[in-house]
Amino acid sequence: MILRLFRIRGGVHPPEHKHPTASRPIEACPLPARLYVPLQQHIGAPAEPVVQVGEKVLKGQLIGHAQGPVSAPVHAPTSGTVTTIAPHAAPHPSGLPVVCVTIEPDGEDRWESAPAETDPFLLTPREIGERVAAAGIVGMGGAAFPSAVKLGAATRTPIHTLIINGGECEPYLTCDDRLMRERAVEVIDGVRIMLHGTQATRALIAIEENKPSAIRELKRAARIDERVMVVRIPALYPMGSEKHMIQTLTGRELPPGRLPADLGLIVHNVATAFAVHRAVRFGRPLISRIVTVGGGALREPRNREVLIGTPIEDLVECCGGFAEEPARLLMGGPMMGQVIPWNAPVVKGTSGVIALTREEIHIGETRACIRCGRCVSACPVGLMPLEMASRIRADQFDGAVDHGLNDCISCGSCAFVCPASIPLVQFFNFAKGELVARKTAQDKSQVLKLMAEQRQARLEREAREKAEAAARKKAEREAAKRAEQEAAARETGT
Amino acid sequence: MYAAIVVLTAMGLSLGFVLGLAARLFRVEADPVAEKIEALMPGSQCGQCGYPGCKPAAEALARGEASVTLCPPGGRALAEELAQLLGVQADLSGVKDAVPMLARVDEDLCIGCLKCLRACPTDAVIGAAKQIHCVLPEACSGCGKCVDVCPTECMQMLPIEPTVRTWRWPKPVLAAA
Amino acid sequence: MTTVTEYLLLLLGTALVNNVVLAKFLGLCPFMGVSNKLDTALGMGLATTFVLTLAAVASWLVERLLLQPLDIGFLRILAFILIIAAVVQFTEMVMRKTSPVLYQMLGIYLPLITTNCAVLGVALLNVQEQNGFIHSLFYGLGSALGFTLVMVIFAGLRERLALSAVPAMFAGAPIAFIVAGLLSLAFMGFAGLPTH
Repeated sequence: MILRLFRIRGGVHPPEHKHPTASRPIEACPLPARLYVPLQQHIGAPAEPVVQVGEKVLKGQLIGHAQGPVSAPVHAPTSGTVTTIAPHAAPHPSGLPVVCVTIEPDGEDRWESAPAETDPFLLTPREIGERVAAAGIVGMGGAAFPSAVKLGAATRTPIHTLIINGGECEPYLTCDDRLMRERAVEVIDGVRIMLHGTQATRALIAIEENKPSAIRELKRAARIDERVMVVRIPALYPMGSEKHMIQTLTGRELPPGRLPADLGLIVHNVATAFAVHRAVRFGRPLISRIVTVGGGALREPRNREVLIGTPIEDLVECCGGFAEEPARLLMGGPMMGQVIPWNAPVVKGTSGVIALTREEIHIGETRACIRCGRCVSACPVGLMPLEMASRIRADQFDGAVDHGLNDCISCGSCAFVCPASIPLVQFFNFAKGELVARKTAQDKSQVLKLMAEQRQARLEREAREKAEAAARKKAEREAAKRAEQEAAARETGT
Repeated sequence: MYAAIVVLTAMGLSLGFVLGLAARLFRVEADPVAEKIEALMPGSQCGQCGYPGCKPAAEALARGEASVTLCPPGGRALAEELAQLLGVQADLSGVKDAVPMLARVDEDLCIGCLKCLRACPTDAVIGAAKQIHCVLPEACSGCGKCVDVCPTECMQMLPIEPTVRTWRWPKPVLAAA
Repeated sequence: MTTVTEYLLLLLGTALVNNVVLAKFLGLCPFMGVSNKLDTALGMGLATTFVLTLAAVASWLVERLLLQPLDIGFLRILAFILIIAAVVQFTEMVMRKTSPVLYQMLGIYLPLITTNCAVLGVALLNVQEQNGFIHSLFYGLGSALGFTLVMVIFAGLRERLALSAVPAMFAGAPIAFIVAGLLSLAFMGFAGLPTH
């Protein structure tokens, strides 16, 4: 069976830089001296710590409880002692701290419980969802959206197709490629568990054509289940974006503000499928992941299986350190990755740590826009980045929204092709943040207005009650006086 | 000569009569613009603009007596919205978004006098007599009225610390293009 | 030539070839003043269209029925201004009732339509060229449409100008004047249109 593929708009072909890491097997990373496990590694509410400072924890033990409907729990990546629960630098471009549980490993790496294999196909879909939620699995492609929430959506709207995203269109990153090559059987098992969990009728594993070995391995492993199909898709950035993968495979464009579930689809990353296999079949929580440590500044670029919470410094150290001072340190790929502080830890959504040299960044001086329109032909969403940026520059945010700012996926294709080196994505990120800030300010102002009105009403009511009470007292006093006078008059009268 | 006087007087009178009729026909009762402005205002009646409350400020704006940049809590966003509504070109370069401030009680100095509680326009201070007071950050408008009445100077206005959730990307600075 | 073609040509001639703003240089005050935003400019154009057409007709009536029979032509400007002022007042009242936001947006420029020289200019030109009633009506309407057209074009240009990187010394009014000059040059091209 051959699936018909559909073309997407725009897109770019950045130089891949994948070969230094793609040819080497995944290696483990030694235990660092300290692990900083952030309580918020996902989209949604942060987890609530359930351990005390000084407490001994075992590998896989729950240390942070999920809070609210969109959240994920956090587990201890190794056995050891909790030394602090305090703010530590987050892998975030602001460099601001988030609350992290610091664990000093005891070196024993002792599991909380022995692995108990269960047959996932005897579980109900609801039980699979519960196990995925309890394991703290989030989207491992980078967005870090709690996976159980996505799987849970299948109980509300029927899902017909499960799409497994093995695109990995970002340059440098090869962690999904290596995972698919080396652990194809486990990945396919995870996909089949998710198929069972969503009750979908088929699974499409989409892999870019530049990963022939991964396609071959997965095709071989997928023979056990005819519902699972491996699809070769063209190598084009941003093919790994959820919207564009859906469009390529189904020909349907996700309307703005709608979820894939509205089209009967659900998209998960291959690494998520692997994590689901471990969690549901063996009851193991998500405490480690494969990270591509790459970039020209590194001495030994590798794919490493890293415990969550490992500081980037230690990770770089185990990859031979820097050959030269990196000009920029990124989490994620070079297109959409974020600049992060040196001491930040690896989190569940860290697909790569890329240290780029000055030559690799090669950002020229920003020049004036000459309206050449290259960004328009590169934009995979069909927007006009130059029009949006010029409006944002003049602080006309509403004008930018009219030009589709809210549909922008910040993929960076426009900035990549811009011959004038205009930081288009920074403009869009700035404007999106400004719009959110404005919305929060307006919401707060609504709350304040309500509170002020209620206070005004309360003050008026109190004044009225006071006046009424005073009037009543006065009336009582006068009545008493009158009664007295009358009594006196009667007395004198008799 | 007389003809000229008569003609001009007659024209003036008749046009005046027509305009008088029109004024009756097209009378506007309330000033709807003032109401629209008031709906945009924060409504905390904090009085930082110099008017006794948001309604008088909105009326002054509608009459054109005040600038659209009058409201410090509303900041730049409000000034832009007002300028849009009134169709004026506001010079927004002067309006720095006031760093949003929140009141906080220094618990060592608070004597539980209830003065700030009464002064707060949004009931953001909670507490009882002789008990240490506390400010609800989500209800505080940052107007600073409590600071003025506090007898022990235990009320402080502190800028809101940015967190990973409230942090926003700055505007890219470009070399003069 | 049929009358319909004649009036169409008259409209075209007054709106494009002899445009009040760009060929006769009348009404430059609102042209520069209210052209920052497209909505406002369109509102101003429509208000002026209403006033200009009505004033052209009313002044023709006053000229023919009062001033000429009584031989008091020297009162012409005074009488016309009186009519224009009354029409503007009337427009203001109607607009305040029907569109308070536009009323607020136009601000001082609305009463200033009174002193818009295009309005008085068209009324006086009608007398000077001894146009008939219908002819005056179309002359007024055509000029007003030309005014609105230019306002809208210029406001659109200025909205785009606000987004472009203009050298600091030209930013704001100077670049607007340069663009106005270029627009005027462009409209000179219409002079080649056959209007007969």
